[in-house]
Amino acid sequence: MSGLAVDERVLREVALSGEEYVEIVRRLGREPNRLELGMLGVLWSEHCSYKSSRLLLGRLPTSGPGVLQGPGENAGVVEIGRGWAAAFKVESHNHPSAVEPYQGAATGVGGILRDVLAMGARPVALLDSLRFGPLPESRRHLEGVVAGIGGYGNCVGVPTVGGEIYFDDAYAGNPLVNAMCVGLVRTDRLRRARAGGEGNRLVLVGSPTGRDGIHGAAFASLELDEASAERRPAVQVGNPFLEKCLLEACLELLDLPGVVGLQDLGAAGLTSAVAEVAARAGAGARIETTRVPRREAGMTPYEVMLSESQERMLVIVEPGHTAEVVRAFARWDLEATVIGEVTADGDLSVLEAGTEVARLPVALLVGGAPARRLHPRPPAPTPPAAPVPPLAAAEVPATLLRLLASPNLGSRRPVFRRYDHMVGNATVLPPGGDAAVLRVLGTRLGLAVTIDGNARYCRLDPFVGAQIAVAEAARNLVATGARPLALTDCLNLGNPERPEVAWQLERVVDGIAVACRELRVPVVSGNVSLYNESARGAIDPTVVIGMVGLLEDYRRRLPAGFRRPGDLVLLAGRTADDLGGSEYQRVVQGRVQGPPPVLDLARERAVQALVREAAARGLLHSAHDVAEGGLLVALAECCLFGGLGCRAALRADGLELAPLLFGESQGRFVLSAHPRALDRLRALAAQHGVELAVVGSVGGEALILEGLAEVPLADARRAWEEALHG
Amino acid sequence: MRFGVVVFPGTWSDRDCGWAIERALGAGVRYLWHRDRDLGGVDCVVLPGGFSYGDYLRPGAIARFSPVMEAVREFAERGGLVWGICNGFQVLCEAGLLPGALIRNACLEFRCQWVHLRCERDDLPFTQGLRGRVLRMPIAHQEGNYQADPETLARLEERHQVVFRYCDERGETGGEANPNGSAHDIAGIVNPRGNVLGMMPHPERCAEADLGGTDGLLLFRSVAKAALALVGGG
Repeated sequence: MSGLAVDERVLREVALSGEEYVEIVRRLGREPNRLELGMLGVLWSEHCSYKSSRLLLGRLPTSGPGVLQGPGENAGVVEIGRGWAAAFKVESHNHPSAVEPYQGAATGVGGILRDVLAMGARPVALLDSLRFGPLPESRRHLEGVVAGIGGYGNCVGVPTVGGEIYFDDAYAGNPLVNAMCVGLVRTDRLRRARAGGEGNRLVLVGSPTGRDGIHGAAFASLELDEASAERRPAVQVGNPFLEKCLLEACLELLDLPGVVGLQDLGAAGLTSAVAEVAARAGAGARIETTRVPRREAGMTPYEVMLSESQERMLVIVEPGHTAEVVRAFARWDLEATVIGEVTADGDLSVLEAGTEVARLPVALLVGGAPARRLHPRPPAPTPPAAPVPPLAAAEVPATLLRLLASPNLGSRRPVFRRYDHMVGNATVLPPGGDAAVLRVLGTRLGLAVTIDGNARYCRLDPFVGAQIAVAEAARNLVATGARPLALTDCLNLGNPERPEVAWQLERVVDGIAVACRELRVPVVSGNVSLYNESARGAIDPTVVIGMVGLLEDYRRRLPAGFRRPGDLVLLAGRTADDLGGSEYQRVVQGRVQGPPPVLDLARERAVQALVREAAARGLLHSAHDVAEGGLLVALAECCLFGGLGCRAALRADGLELAPLLFGESQGRFVLSAHPRALDRLRALAAQHGVELAVVGSVGGEALILEGLAEVPLADARRAWEEALHG
Repeated sequence: MRFGVVVFPGTWSDRDCGWAIERALGAGVRYLWHRDRDLGGVDCVVLPGGFSYGDYLRPGAIARFSPVMEAVREFAERGGLVWGICNGFQVLCEAGLLPGALIRNACLEFRCQWVHLRCERDDLPFTQGLRGRVLRMPIAHQEGNYQADPETLARLEERHQVVFRYCDERGETGGEANPNGSAHDIAGIVNPRGNVLGMMPHPERCAEADLGGTDGLLLFRSVAKAALALVGGG
């Protein structure tokens, strides 16, 4: 990049390319100063600008009945009835968690809570999707991240009710931490983070601004390397107590007149928060940096504008109402300061003691980054799957125990018992099953929430894998009896400048879009995290789907585990030869190959409709999604969740034992029901065109598979409960 | 009958307690802000769960100096019913209204799970009719490991101040039944006068079948009955 008036080192520090710099000079008609360059650098980072994914994301369906707010705000919002709406979003905190697991995860939780708060919603649930390298090497990361999530969530008093954890070589150098928050808001109290009219005041509240986290957004947009540990100062430190005060105070504030909007300060700090609220209103803003309360003396405007100090919110207040707002915050011992105002000129101008030190068009800061053209190219075709020896009948019991003891399938209790999942008196279906259900206090409404995604399927086929992620999240909700409403997605991939990663990105977005249309679940918010690479290469394309569903009457909720001896055990859906990408392949065969399971979205919709209707009519006692580990693992889980054995017999229908018992065919549920309900269930299944087979009955102290296995529940439990200690 | 529920800025079980009292029990609630010095004539003060002032130093270490705690101390000295739950128990110990301390769980981890408790006394306003009963309740804490010097522990036993002990579903103490390493399996203690109770488990989280259990309601009912008797007798 010869001919630039700026040192390349400077550009690297703000993570801008030479072309981007040239574009900035062209659009501004002048060279930006250092402060302006820093502001543009963070807002044009991949993390803030979505420059590589933005065009693709337009392919996602984002509207539907009940959607009150789609992507573009701090969180998506859907109506759930009785005057209530659910606001939710998922966000990644991968790179901070890689270098500083505890604080990285903790501040990830803090950030997503504030995103939901910015909609005027009270956060009522947290969920987390985590990926690590294999145990025991990744123990330190696992411990740090789990402690960080608990340390923050437990202190703020929002229950952590769900999540998922997978271990795979693909994440050894780059673990993933995706945090999701769900909040509740009265539809007439919904807020949007926009600046509104000229003269409105910008009030900054919460933690004083320090030098922490400068260039965090830029850091999130780089690959991890040897020097990443030196980026530790780019990781912020969380203060959950302050967050709790901020949360309560902001919710109280919504009762006051003149409060126009709320905006979280996250990545890119004040620069991003002010630019975004101005951009959404098509306005400008003026900031006086000397008015920003600081944690340390001698901070420059650059540091003030780019700091990512946590636990801060920006409140937009009509003039004449700021005194009440400041007073309301003081009740919670929070310092609130008017730091600027909304202007009509469309510029973000930054003053230091009255002197202008930066002036940039808001339209250049937000949405101004040129979309980066991707050059997708599919990877070289993989050789056909090598044949593997069939599973012998005698090996079935030991294989089941090995799978139950896999860290990917074992009991999650050692993790979720470290999270307060009960605070709020709303958790009517606790973590551990397919999805958690929270009641909406004062109503019969139940909110089912889940977060899910299988990256192995995406590695084998990103288009199908992404569809499965959506279908499976919906299946998790349906297993509780809920109707899926909408989703939030977190797309974690490698460096999109590499053609194969660009191709993966394109294919996963298309996969999500297809599944959303077919299952009628829109995307209302989301996050893209790219550059998840380390010296060991790129991660698997990891599509994480957070989904929210509704039970009209939470008393109809279904647990995943068996409940009553004597109940029939039924299998809904069809088992096919789907061993590709399975946990069985990884654990038993030591290699993952072949196509992922086939997903027929029409069938998926039908089987989900069947289970939902059967649940609503009260015909079922339990329902569990057949997922990783296949049918026999699902049966074992139903036994372990419920503390009851079962006796089953499976028809092979020409399948070999491995795909029959451990294959991961989609669109299947293990159900249990009173024998009296069978006729009505059969009629319902016929109506929906879904296969429904009686495979056994509940009871006893063992999982008995006729002619193949008799595994005492105590043995299964030992393997399953010890899995995460490995 | 009206309960006062103390709210420190970091308290989060205040609304859960309020919900249990109003919806499950059917009594009244007055929320008492940490800066209040006036308890407003409530019949029983509940110090709920949470992280009072962040508890970065030590749970309850700062809360003991708050204005509301002055009022609570006077209230207790006059014989008023004071009920500390989870963080409230920690605050009562820090304030010297109960002996001993709650230190980090022996497993060094936060624990949120259901436990069983054996109720050792039924002559208290909090536990009428519950002696020998095995109750099932959730815990949610990282610092619930009750410890005191040997003399204090001996005195607590001698004066029957241990109200709840962790046990298994049959009421047997020891081993895995103790979730946090508490000395003598202590889950809750009372002052010698019997009007100040501290306990780590959360009765407000199990006052409705929808939440998985109703044993917590037994304690709320007992307190309500005792308060009525006090009013009636006074």
